[in-house]
Amino acid sequence: MQRVGVFVCWCGSNIAATVDVEKVAEVLGKEPGVVFSTNYQYMCSQAGQEMIQESIAKYNLTGVVICSCSPRMHENTFRKTCEKAGLNPYMVEIANIREQCSWIHKDKETATEKAVILGRAAIAKVHLNAPLTSGTSPVKKRALVIGGGIAGIQTALDIADAGFDVDIVEKEPTIGGKMTQIDKTFPTLDCAACILTPKMVDAAQNEKIHIYSYSEVSSVKGFVGNFKVTIKKKARFVDETKCTGCGLCTEKCPQKKVPNLFNLGLDNRRAIYIPFAQAVPKVATIDADYCTMLKSGKCGVCSKVCTAGAIDYQQKDAFIEQEYGAIVVATGFNPIKLDNYDEFAYSQSPDVVTSLEFERLMNAAGPTGGTLLRPSDGQHPHTIVFVQCVGSRCDDSKGKPYCSKICCMYTAKHAMLCREKYPDTDVYVFYIDVRTPGKNFDEFYRRAVEEYGVHYVKGMVGKVVPENGKLKVQASDLIGNQQLHIDADMVVLAAAIEPDKSARPLATMLTASMDTNDFFTEAHPKLRPVESPTAGIFLSGACQGPKDIPETVAQASAAAAKVIGLLNKDHLICNPCTATPDEMMCNGCSSCEKVCPYGAITYVDKEYRGPNRTTLIRRVAQVNPAVCQGCGACTVACPSGAMDLKGFSNKQIMAEVDAICR
Amino acid sequence: MQERLKQKAIQLLENGTVDRILGWKTGEFFYDLTPAVFTTREQIEKDFVFNVFSGANLSKYLIAESRKGGKIAAFIKPCDSYSFQQLLKEHRIWRDNVFVVGVQCDGMCDAAKLGDGVLSVKEDGENLIVETLYGEKTVAKADALADRCASCKSKKIVIFDELIGEQGEETENDRFGEVARLEAMTPEERYEFWRGELSRCIRCNACRNVCPACSCEKCVFDNANSGVRNKAAADSFEENMFHIIRAFHVTGRCTDCGECSRVCPQNIPLHLLNRKMIKDINELYGEYQAGADMDTKPPLTNYTVDDCEPSIVHERGGL
Repeated sequence: MQRVGVFVCWCGSNIAATVDVEKVAEVLGKEPGVVFSTNYQYMCSQAGQEMIQESIAKYNLTGVVICSCSPRMHENTFRKTCEKAGLNPYMVEIANIREQCSWIHKDKETATEKAVILGRAAIAKVHLNAPLTSGTSPVKKRALVIGGGIAGIQTALDIADAGFDVDIVEKEPTIGGKMTQIDKTFPTLDCAACILTPKMVDAAQNEKIHIYSYSEVSSVKGFVGNFKVTIKKKARFVDETKCTGCGLCTEKCPQKKVPNLFNLGLDNRRAIYIPFAQAVPKVATIDADYCTMLKSGKCGVCSKVCTAGAIDYQQKDAFIEQEYGAIVVATGFNPIKLDNYDEFAYSQSPDVVTSLEFERLMNAAGPTGGTLLRPSDGQHPHTIVFVQCVGSRCDDSKGKPYCSKICCMYTAKHAMLCREKYPDTDVYVFYIDVRTPGKNFDEFYRRAVEEYGVHYVKGMVGKVVPENGKLKVQASDLIGNQQLHIDADMVVLAAAIEPDKSARPLATMLTASMDTNDFFTEAHPKLRPVESPTAGIFLSGACQGPKDIPETVAQASAAAAKVIGLLNKDHLICNPCTATPDEMMCNGCSSCEKVCPYGAITYVDKEYRGPNRTTLIRRVAQVNPAVCQGCGACTVACPSGAMDLKGFSNKQIMAEVDAICR
Repeated sequence: MQERLKQKAIQLLENGTVDRILGWKTGEFFYDLTPAVFTTREQIEKDFVFNVFSGANLSKYLIAESRKGGKIAAFIKPCDSYSFQQLLKEHRIWRDNVFVVGVQCDGMCDAAKLGDGVLSVKEDGENLIVETLYGEKTVAKADALADRCASCKSKKIVIFDELIGEQGEETENDRFGEVARLEAMTPEERYEFWRGELSRCIRCNACRNVCPACSCEKCVFDNANSGVRNKAAADSFEENMFHIIRAFHVTGRCTDCGECSRVCPQNIPLHLLNRKMIKDINELYGEYQAGADMDTKPPLTNYTVDDCEPSIVHERGGL
């Protein structure tokens, strides 16, 4: 029989306000095997921890139950506490009476009753606990960054700077991401390309960084310190090692009517293309959907003009396998599709554009060479209406419930730039609220209003109707309490942003959790904002939530710091709660092997003594404890119950359930 | 057919292909055919039987038989072949030690459907000539088919070394009709239905012992250490849990051979529990037939990105 000590924490008023902690300690003190039970205001404080340590010595405790917050929060703290007092750290069980009890109940009586039940389950479990010893596993000193936008680039540069190898996987033909499409950046109005492209070049030239452009992650196996990743290098039909990026092919290609995605379809490019002049790597890519040679076998112009002999129509997707110690997700964002917003006539008039399209129309490298011209007739617009919150702060059925965070600032930037370049234009901005929390952000917005004379109108646009070359804008002015009718030349919609579509399948591969909006979830929203709850997976940039560039870069460097901390270790302490088979009960059916995500299970034929001095050969499962991560999938799959998890054995779980149902 | 099987058995024994034959012989009653191992020509000539009552699925016996050394030939009907292949997939049968003779099957009969006082049955084409205490009568074979054969899923023998009779095809049938009827009930009605059916259970374990999917080295119900054994009896109405636990344990591996219901002395339609699981798997993860081939990964031990999300349980009105 164990000698169990029970320690009930108040967590200040977090637990004590809803749970009668004294009563919990008193009732649990009467449970079989409990030799000491107490309560204290802050069990995790130094005084609380010393109390636990003293009790272990005084009452000769062999098991400890702590009724407190989630084990995610302080299990490690208390394990260390007990280890210092000479107890095996795995003889500690946490009953979560905060997140799973006090925080979610209002009635003190029922919450107290529940806390007792949870404590009882933990006591039942600790009775069956056995001391466990951790092993170690090596750390592969290489990091993978998925996504090559400003977030991915910054993370990679920082990791490389610390001396570790890092690979960037970017699905587009060039790194750079959304920032390459942006004209100027708030609040300083320096040009995006001027500050981004040097970083792109730095990444490309850094010998610690390898860029897999036009590539995707196709599978992820393994665990923290030991990920095995397959990267699919999509066929670009151009040999990267030979292409010099001279661009001759992109001028001679006869297929001229391919929508230029870099300019969001505002102009056309050829079937073979380099997205933009500063692309990294500066290598051409053939768009297989439009290339006549690939589609019908007739053409071959690019191949003829290429002096480097880089064109390879036979190129196939290549798969590269690589091992990593850490993975950083930097998959970024996209503006939402505006199909649900027909009231703004986005699909009816080319003069209704999204803010990102507007960036291209203002950009010197854009389709109009930086002169703001209406897409419909190439004329100067004289009245421009900006609509904010298109799809942001919306109900779920239509748009996104969250604030996209960056739109207020970039709209102020657009309005300001219009007024500066073309003082003869009238600029209206319709808003619900203007949100400008950020260094020098509100000053920037006020400049747009006060110095540049942008008409900010609180209220939403109800309808946009294209009529006689004009856009009739109907809107409400909530402060002036009037309806406005504006004949606009252009309407710019600040579309909400959403995580890139590639994020969801990637999260599945990484077993990293996401929220309902497909943003990656952080391990702790305040204290561990750049780590995923899945060990070894880190978050960088807008994949975790809407962010502007300064915030993205800050988070990217933070994620890099976490990765460096991990890669600096030679060994990681393994979780000793690994699976272990009872060979005598094993059927050899391979169910466990099939479900094991880590490849920790193998099978061997072993000789056993049968009845009457016979020998039986049986196929039985073997677990490699250095590889096993203790997820427990095998114990569930095993039909005979031969597979069990140390620290979470079937018997322990059953004992907990029994204690709860008692 | 019986004669062809006997001849094949004798031939395989005498030409040294195998040293044992797994077939059927008469049990307590003439309609109660029992699996049996034959080692000589004489035994086969005297006792080997194959007729409309050879329903017993021989695959499970091969787990033990294939490990005994030497080689054994087994007669495997189409639905048995699914069980056989499923066991191969689970590495339970040592394939090298088994010679599979696939046997065409036109459906097996249920003696209970022939009425009282039956003394003997003879096959006559599509009819059965039934001799009873009250005289002779003719019954159409179709009317006497066992329920599981009336809704046969497949006449195809999915694995064999040699074939006797014709190879068949998978068949279209309404084997989930009864499950759908149960699903349409209110939870209270369904609960009452199963309470009624399961109240007859005498825990003889025949269903478990005959089930090819229930082939564990040690069944959790026999294992005091498993923590499950006493759970089956957690309710005063213990058979609830026994059958439900068993249905979950064979989910994804059950080939729907129907042996559980055939052997149940209390005529509990146990196969409906398994069919419900099969139906759910088909609906949630796409059509899957356990044992149909060696390669398809079973949906419950395989993960794909397209797998249904857990929320589907809510959408379907679950907990």
